[in-house]
Amino acid sequence: MGEFLLVTIQVDMHDQMALKLQDDLSNAIVRNASRGVLIDISTLEMVDSFIGRMVADISNIGKILGAETILVGMQPAVAITLVELGLSLPGVATALNVERGMVLLRRKIDADGIDVSQH
Amino acid sequence: MSANIKGEAPLRSEHDIVLARQQVRRLTQELKFSLVDQTKMVTAASELARNAVVYGGGGTMEWEILSGDGRRGLKLRFADEGPGIPNLDLAMTDGWTSGKGLGMGLTGTKRLVNEFDIDTKVGAGTRVTIARWT
Repeated sequence: MGEFLLVTIQVDMHDQMALKLQDDLSNAIVRNASRGVLIDISTLEMVDSFIGRMVADISNIGKILGAETILVGMQPAVAITLVELGLSLPGVATALNVERGMVLLRRKIDADGIDVSQH
Repeated sequence: MSANIKGEAPLRSEHDIVLARQQVRRLTQELKFSLVDQTKMVTAASELARNAVVYGGGGTMEWEILSGDGRRGLKLRFADEGPGIPNLDLAMTDGWTSGKGLGMGLTGTKRLVNEFDIDTKVGAGTRVTIARWT
């Protein structure tokens, strides 16, 4: 993956596990000087407000640490439920799958690079 | 009405929240809920189970399979003996949160189910009953 981190969430996480993931991922971003993170939730059958907040937090923490975060693979039933619950995941970039997430990540990072060179 | 099938699960820890979700998933699958309806009920259960554990200091989830009028449904009752909710109107306002969630707790949960009833009293705990029909 090079400068990107790919995290696949494959279990029904309890809350502490979600917080540990946030911690581990933040450390991994710094350790690997990652520019981008893909969080694959294609096997998650449910995202409630806690897991939603955790993902939004990871995205914001990543941003501060210089890494773009993209949430990929959300199941349609999960998306429908999230919207009805009222959770719009502000500030979280999403993509249909890992492949498209990589493209989006690459595009975001390239766009950032141009911004920097213009200053 | 045929004989109702009931059960109860403890809500003492975060792990119990996961077990409650899995139990509700199994029940909704047995009832042949659509995948979206399963997900809504499981998510609603997760929100309410967490409330009982985090704010209510633990409690129970009772479940009951309902049948009537040619339909079947699942009723869940979350009960805790915690501090209760002092201002229920405020707690039922969209966007309100006491801190740990995203402010979607009760109102968001209400939108995920067909029936929603809350009974809370300061110092005497909170009971939330939800139901969803096939």
